[in-house]
Amino acid sequence: MSSIVEQPNANEAHHAHHPAKGFKRWLYTTNHKDIGSLYLIFSLTMFLIGGAMAMVIRAELFQPGLQLVDPHFFNQMTTVHGLIMVFGAVMPAFTGLANWMIPLMIGAPDMALPRMNNWSFWILPFAFLILLASLFMPGGGPAFGWTFYAPLSTTYSNDNTALFVFAVHIMGISSIMGAINVIVTIVNLRAPGMTWMKLPLFVWTWLITAFLLIAVMPVLAGAVTMVLTDKYFATSFFDAAGGGDPVMFQHIFWFFGHPEVYIMILPAFGIISTIVPTFSRKKLFGYASMVYATSSIALLSFIVWAHHMFTTGMPVAGELFFMYATMLISVPTGVKVFNWVATMWKGSITFEVPMLFSIAFIVLFTLGGFSGLMLAITPADFQYHDTYFVVAHFHYVLVTGAVFSIMAGAYYWLPKWTGNMFNITLAKWHFWLSLVSVNVLFFPMHFVGLAGMPRRIPDYALQFADFNAIISIGGFAFGLSQLLFVAVVIKCARGGDKVPAKVWEGAEGLEWEVDSPAPYHTFSTPPVIK
Amino acid sequence: MTHAPLLKRLVLICIGMFAFAFALVPLYDVFCDVTGLNGKPSLEQAEQSTQIVQNREVGVSFTTHAQSGAPFEVKSKEYSVVVKPGAMREVMFSAKNNSNLDKVMQAVPSVSPGKAAKYLHKIACFCFDQQPLKAGEELEFKLLFYVDTALPSDIEELTLSYTVFDISEQLVASNN
Ligand SMILES: [Cu+2]
Repeated sequence: MSSIVEQPNANEAHHAHHPAKGFKRWLYTTNHKDIGSLYLIFSLTMFLIGGAMAMVIRAELFQPGLQLVDPHFFNQMTTVHGLIMVFGAVMPAFTGLANWMIPLMIGAPDMALPRMNNWSFWILPFAFLILLASLFMPGGGPAFGWTFYAPLSTTYSNDNTALFVFAVHIMGISSIMGAINVIVTIVNLRAPGMTWMKLPLFVWTWLITAFLLIAVMPVLAGAVTMVLTDKYFATSFFDAAGGGDPVMFQHIFWFFGHPEVYIMILPAFGIISTIVPTFSRKKLFGYASMVYATSSIALLSFIVWAHHMFTTGMPVAGELFFMYATMLISVPTGVKVFNWVATMWKGSITFEVPMLFSIAFIVLFTLGGFSGLMLAITPADFQYHDTYFVVAHFHYVLVTGAVFSIMAGAYYWLPKWTGNMFNITLAKWHFWLSLVSVNVLFFPMHFVGLAGMPRRIPDYALQFADFNAIISIGGFAFGLSQLLFVAVVIKCARGGDKVPAKVWEGAEGLEWEVDSPAPYHTFSTPPVIK
Repeated sequence: MTHAPLLKRLVLICIGMFAFAFALVPLYDVFCDVTGLNGKPSLEQAEQSTQIVQNREVGVSFTTHAQSGAPFEVKSKEYSVVVKPGAMREVMFSAKNNSNLDKVMQAVPSVSPGKAAKYLHKIACFCFDQQPLKAGEELEFKLLFYVDTALPSDIEELTLSYTVFDISEQLVASNN
């Protein structure tokens, strides 16, 4: 192991210790901290763009009837909002955190494959440039929903669908390269003495996520490729006229799609498992069970995909299998929630901003998990399917789940990255405004969904008007609150109270042994793990 | 560096999973064939029926629809029939080519509920073959079928639906 670690040190001697200046520094950088920052900045930008699209959606839905945009544009907004938030905001944010934190947490000098790391980031902006550009072309961008079900994406889509396909291909290649890098780094570059069961949980959850990524992103690439050839090269994968089957699209898509939702939540589990012990001033309760729970969630995620397809006319035996398999996942998830609560139990808890977001995560993610259980009940799903209840469910797990964990992680490590404490008052405003508005935004969606309001439609029946007005107000408030986050981050990067190496007194881990801000090169000599 | 072996394995997994996505296509068909799921009935001629269950009746309805853009008008002479399991029944269909070009039609059957698919046996069906229709021509086609005596007792009626496709262009392409 030591020979692996020493080699980059020898190389570093040739480098200048201070990076090149200007744009080229960022374009050519192979430094994991630089690339981590690039990913995080990119993710925040995409979060704001995707959020702006959500604002268009909520503005149109503020009142019944068609006011602001025509239905075709509305469809493009729901589609691209979903694609951007999933592939542009949440996934790159986790990859950014992985880049920044994994080498620091395992005592590695950098990621294992730094040049590939540069590539995996820099192709990403082009993917989204292509996707966003398609919105401005004649015929508009993709309008078939982020799930691009055939035949909507094949027979009934416009010619710009090729741009969508290539954009998804590039996003897929980027995240596959990122995942490979994470796996190689964790397997090969752990500091001597960092045994598997000493790995910080964020590293563990990311390792498992990376395996999910390399298992299912190629399947997504296959699905978009089939859409491409069906649409442009007269194949019939999903076209009954040529012997294909549109239902098969859904099987292939959700074989990717369900593990994908765990790709977006497992690293969140890692972040929460890092933050909760810090501010409870206790060791994490049940470390080993956390590792096993994460692994079993990942394995189970491959056998539950058809719970998205209960209404496609599956045989009862299939529906029952997928129902019970899905419900089984709540067992390891329940173990995790139990462990977080048990960690806080009788701890000397303080409510710093990262902890506030973490506690909100635990409560609200669990709520999203419960509505997921409701959706898993096959007979009930026939009523919930494709209604706002589904929208409420996945926004609770993705916004108050994944996004809140990213915010928690950002506030937790921002002082380590910048060397400055963020403006705590402003950050608390951000938290409380977000917490209230996010629930005003998503909670009433459960009600309109149960009452039968369908998703992805720019108009609705009059009885849903009041709830939709409330939802939209919550949406605008939540969207504006995120500008506070931007302000906090920018202010913190510019300056603030200096922080010591160990920013939070209850924190544990190698990342708190390096200076704040973390020097450009860290752990050139591997640390010794007790 | 010693990253190469691990890197190679990970890249192979990715390539394998990409291939797996395409392998799902034949796997899906095999799975549906074996289990009879998805309402895909057999496209081969069935054996003659040998026995009839006298004390049971099953309703069989017919629907037809042409793929959007296909210039065919296909209708069954009877909307629905009541049959005894095992009893053979003939139903006439008419198909018309509404365009002013010669076309070739292919009908694809589907049975609902899906699990009834393997209990509906067709002895003669226009869906077994491609059917050429001259411009403006109208032809009659025969469907000879029976319902298997082993049809599960909870199925009291089933629907045989035909979707007709215009395969003229695919034929030209494959002949070239
Ligand atoms: Cu799922």
